[in-house]
Amino acid sequence: MNSEENKKPVLELKDIKKSFGDNHVLKGFNLTLHEGENLVIMGKSGSGKSVMVKCIVGLIQPDSGSIRIKDQDIITMGQKELDFLRTEIGYLFQGSALYDSMTVRENLEFPLRRHKDKIENFQGTEASVHEALKSVGLLDAIDRMPAELSGGMQRRVALARALILKPKIIMYDEPTTGLDPITANEIIQLMRSIQKEYNTSSLIITHDVDCARVISNRMILLVDGINYAEGTFEELSNSSDPQTRAFFKN
Amino acid sequence: MSKPNSFLDRIKSFFAEIGDMAFFAGRFFRELFSKPFEFRELLRQCYNMGNRSLFLVIVTGFILGLVFTLQSRPTLTQFGAESWMPSMISLSIVREIGPVIIALICAGRIGSGIGAEIGSMRVTEQIDAMEVSGTNPFKYLVVTRILAVTLMLPLLVILGDAVALVGSAIVENLKGGVSYTLYFNQVFDALKFSDVFPATVKTFFFGFAIGLVGTYKGYNCAKGTVGVGEASNSAVVYTSMLLFIIDFIAVFVTDIFYTL
Repeated sequence: MNSEENKKPVLELKDIKKSFGDNHVLKGFNLTLHEGENLVIMGKSGSGKSVMVKCIVGLIQPDSGSIRIKDQDIITMGQKELDFLRTEIGYLFQGSALYDSMTVRENLEFPLRRHKDKIENFQGTEASVHEALKSVGLLDAIDRMPAELSGGMQRRVALARALILKPKIIMYDEPTTGLDPITANEIIQLMRSIQKEYNTSSLIITHDVDCARVISNRMILLVDGINYAEGTFEELSNSSDPQTRAFFKN
Repeated sequence: MSKPNSFLDRIKSFFAEIGDMAFFAGRFFRELFSKPFEFRELLRQCYNMGNRSLFLVIVTGFILGLVFTLQSRPTLTQFGAESWMPSMISLSIVREIGPVIIALICAGRIGSGIGAEIGSMRVTEQIDAMEVSGTNPFKYLVVTRILAVTLMLPLLVILGDAVALVGSAIVENLKGGVSYTLYFNQVFDALKFSDVFPATVKTFFFGFAIGLVGTYKGYNCAKGTVGVGEASNSAVVYTSMLLFIIDFIAVFVTDIFYTL
């Protein structure tokens, strides 16, 4: 914990509030993600986890509060700067969100069309696509359509696409939801190896206790739109608070 | 909610949607002239829309010419006016029936396709994924598609008109023994610039309407598969209505212009 605190924060959320009509989803949520850290956010369905992540990448505008990525406030940022900053963030969507009219190759080439200049030592589009697919073990699927892939394979291709611009931060929105335990475990191991290989900071939203145990350095429980509890997996799973413990019951 | 309220709400939401669509159209023109331009996607869409509608337009155009001539022939024969057939058919097809029928066919084929495609991309978060990867989805998906239909529809209408005249010529040749040379000589004698030009110009507006409504409905699609179905369906309904309104305005303006 202390070693994490010594590291530089790459992402900071302060007092984020977001409502949809009378539905107050986030009521002052705070978060700090440090360099190289795996931070897991857990919460019940509908507790606002996905809304929070969408606020971070600028897909949803929060009502108030500040979001700083690498010391830049994204709320006051112009569209061009935001588009450029987004290349620093990889996002793995809950349903993979692969472009279904494109092949795996075209899916991976898509983010490179505009932002390949941003990659250090860029070796060419083909080499980048091969490297990203190799890191998720799916080089063979390069010319297949997303519909021809299994759920686990789609999730891996989506991860390769999230990695293609070599982002510093990766957001995982329910990375293991809808997968069988074996495939889910493969995805978790893949997330660990990617974190080592690319030295990324990760923000992981999950319900999966196994995933949280294996991957988290730190956890935040999001309840009723606020940080209900915060700590390591061991601290939270052994908490005396019944509501906190309820998250860890299988 | 009581019935009068729900009726009022419907009217309110209808006008709200019209306003929203006007903003959507405004954004299209803003993004159309700002960099970066998505030329590759525009060409791909032009090819898709043009090529995939080709067969439908040819079949529809041919049957249109065939049936229209078969139906009109007995009436004109009664008055001994068969010789007016090529002029009458060509003017009707080029000025009115061809553009409207082909545009309606394309509203069903292209408009609903755009609505369903963009709608399902919205529902499956593909549009969000595009935005997160630093690409402007409005420019990539909406601007290219509206522009592609606007450019392709006039070509499809010209093709449809030509095929309809071929269909009509075949009937005239078989039923009336009119040679193809004589038929097309009469067709080109009857058609003037003032017939062809306004009819072609209005097809650009038809194309714009098909693209605008299809992309608007898809882009603002509600979550879930029902939303995709509704986006696709309402794209066709709204566009068909809009096509007749545009047609009325176009005919009205042309009439004023040529009587001046």
